[in-house]
Amino acid sequence: MAETIAVAEPRSAPAAGPAVPCALELTDVHKSFGATPIIRGVSLAIARGERHAIIGPNGAGKSTLFNLVSGRIAPTRGSIRLDGEEIAGKRAFRIARRGLARSFQVTNIFPRLTVHENIRCGVLWSLGYRYDFLRRVDRLRDANEAADRTLEQIRLTARRDTPAGVLTYAEQRALEIGITVAGGAKLILLDEPTAGMSRHETENAVELIRSVTHDRTLVMVEHDMGVVFDLADRISVLVYGQVIATDVPARIHDDEAVRSAYLGDSDA
Amino acid sequence: MTPQGRPAFWIGGAVLLAVLPWIPGLQSDFGRSLLSQMGIAAVFALSYNLLLGQTGLLSFGHAVYFGLGGYAAIHLLRAVNAGLPIPLPLVPLAGAVGGLAFGIVLGALTTRRAGTIFALISLGVGELVHATSLMLPSFFGGEEGVTASRTKAPAFFGLDFGSQVEVYYVIAAWLFVAALLMYAFMRTPVGRLCNAVRDNPERVEFIGYNPQRVRFIAFSVAAAFAGLAGGLHAINYEIVAAEAVSDTRSGAVLLMVYIGGVGHFIGAILGAVAITWLQVSLSDYTTAWLLYLGLLFMGIVVYVPGGLAGLLMMHLAALRARAMAPIARSYLLAAAPALALTLGAVTLIEIAYRRSTQPEAGALMKLFWIPMDTATPWPWLGAASLALAGYALLRVVGPRVAEAWRRAGEEIHARG
Repeated sequence: MAETIAVAEPRSAPAAGPAVPCALELTDVHKSFGATPIIRGVSLAIARGERHAIIGPNGAGKSTLFNLVSGRIAPTRGSIRLDGEEIAGKRAFRIARRGLARSFQVTNIFPRLTVHENIRCGVLWSLGYRYDFLRRVDRLRDANEAADRTLEQIRLTARRDTPAGVLTYAEQRALEIGITVAGGAKLILLDEPTAGMSRHETENAVELIRSVTHDRTLVMVEHDMGVVFDLADRISVLVYGQVIATDVPARIHDDEAVRSAYLGDSDA
Repeated sequence: MTPQGRPAFWIGGAVLLAVLPWIPGLQSDFGRSLLSQMGIAAVFALSYNLLLGQTGLLSFGHAVYFGLGGYAAIHLLRAVNAGLPIPLPLVPLAGAVGGLAFGIVLGALTTRRAGTIFALISLGVGELVHATSLMLPSFFGGEEGVTASRTKAPAFFGLDFGSQVEVYYVIAAWLFVAALLMYAFMRTPVGRLCNAVRDNPERVEFIGYNPQRVRFIAFSVAAAFAGLAGGLHAINYEIVAAEAVSDTRSGAVLLMVYIGGVGHFIGAILGAVAITWLQVSLSDYTTAWLLYLGLLFMGIVVYVPGGLAGLLMMHLAALRARAMAPIARSYLLAAAPALALTLGAVTLIEIAYRRSTQPEAGALMKLFWIPMDTATPWPWLGAASLALAGYALLRVVGPRVAEAWRRAGEEIHARG
């Protein structure tokens, strides 16, 4: 069925001159759990403003790669640079403070806080409130307005004061993305943002992702090839812990190695 | 909006605190002493709610900060007795400072982990401090504790704090201030992050916050207010002993917050009032009061996870939605079986307790104004059948109450 996919024209990614570091650059990154290698020497350079998709069969190490980049786990060796600065092995909150935000494959929200409070938590650090205990959070105009703007974008304004735990699945997925993008991070990692969604919900999610990542760098793991070919400027194919190809969608689509390793065997 | 979100809650609370010691029945020294104890317990329980209810930290050693704050205050009071010119109402602040200092030192170690590990470490720290308090008599005064006099202090607007009602007002004023400050803390950015850490500590890391730091801040603040409660305890009793840091006291505050309703601001206050009242009053009526307290705790945890405050909120919501009438009818239906079950069970417990703990008192006893001979099988059989009949009927009527609530829930949802 791969033939039926309409391949989007590659968006012109800003040319990364020698003086401008990549938004994200991985150099020979390895990760083993015990004796089992999961990531086996991944190198990847993602330009600023690029929308980059990582695809690959189950168990290829896509989520592990995200966990390494976002600081959930530390790489065994290798270098990970965010805007030219080394972040490999740093704690997640330090990486987040440098402008990297991620979403999760399994919805990861604050169920007992309201939808608005969920988003607001995501903007507090970036607005410089740190561990403030002298101001009322309801009176922080910039934080509340930023949260309301994000709510508007993810179309959850009507659910503003609802506890996040009672939202529908699709709403929680949207909130997940909202928390991720609300803080204005320069680099957004989305882990299977459309997993478990109906076709209609997926279409909405693609529009949402397109609008909230405008002017930012996006890296996403996604199984839905429609979404990938629709959104991505470039695609990397991860198979068994190694990137076997990185290219624009049209060429990935026609790449023999990719087709035999992945696209050909899948029903995508 | 929660009740504590309205100014009326705070104004009403202040008025209530002011008039309570003049209400008939509470005017006696006993009544005012009970109110003072409730006030101290309320500050302590609110501080524990900050940990457990707001930040999700289950501590088995919160009395450590209550007790150490108490020792700090009682030592300051001794210095005041020796001539240091500090008025008595400010002495409890030494408790807050002491609680905060120990909270910072011990919190830096204990809040690195959350969940079960944190709970177990808190238990260990509690035992450690309790053991230390018995080993260092120069500071802790050993088993007898440290005493001081609250009346030997500089006069404060002509008050010498010799009477219970004067001390009550000091406690009430601090309770009001502490409750307001803790409520305000929860509404700051870091207060909301405490909730976020409670809900999902991992996600907090990915929005730029260190959950360990958030836990540490919540822990230190909770320790400061626990210390303030300890300082109030010191001026109320004029003695602080090893019991103040004991696991019994740590357990009591856990019961208060659970029975009152974890996470509910007013729950901590309701729980503190209820448990203090049970501790003081029920123990006059029966030696089995701890058993009843345990049964109440179990019943709340199993059947009413929202505690007393949760119950209160449910009923207020039903009242507001005008959906209370069918619920009240189902309650009327359930009242008789519930009463029968309670009377039967209480009778069994009381006669069993009497037989096993006071055999010298003989087989004849009076319960609920009924004389009975516990050497014969009749009181046992009567009580057991009463309890069983009540239980059986409750099984029948119980679903009706549940059904009434389910319908009321739909009603509330439709309106809300």
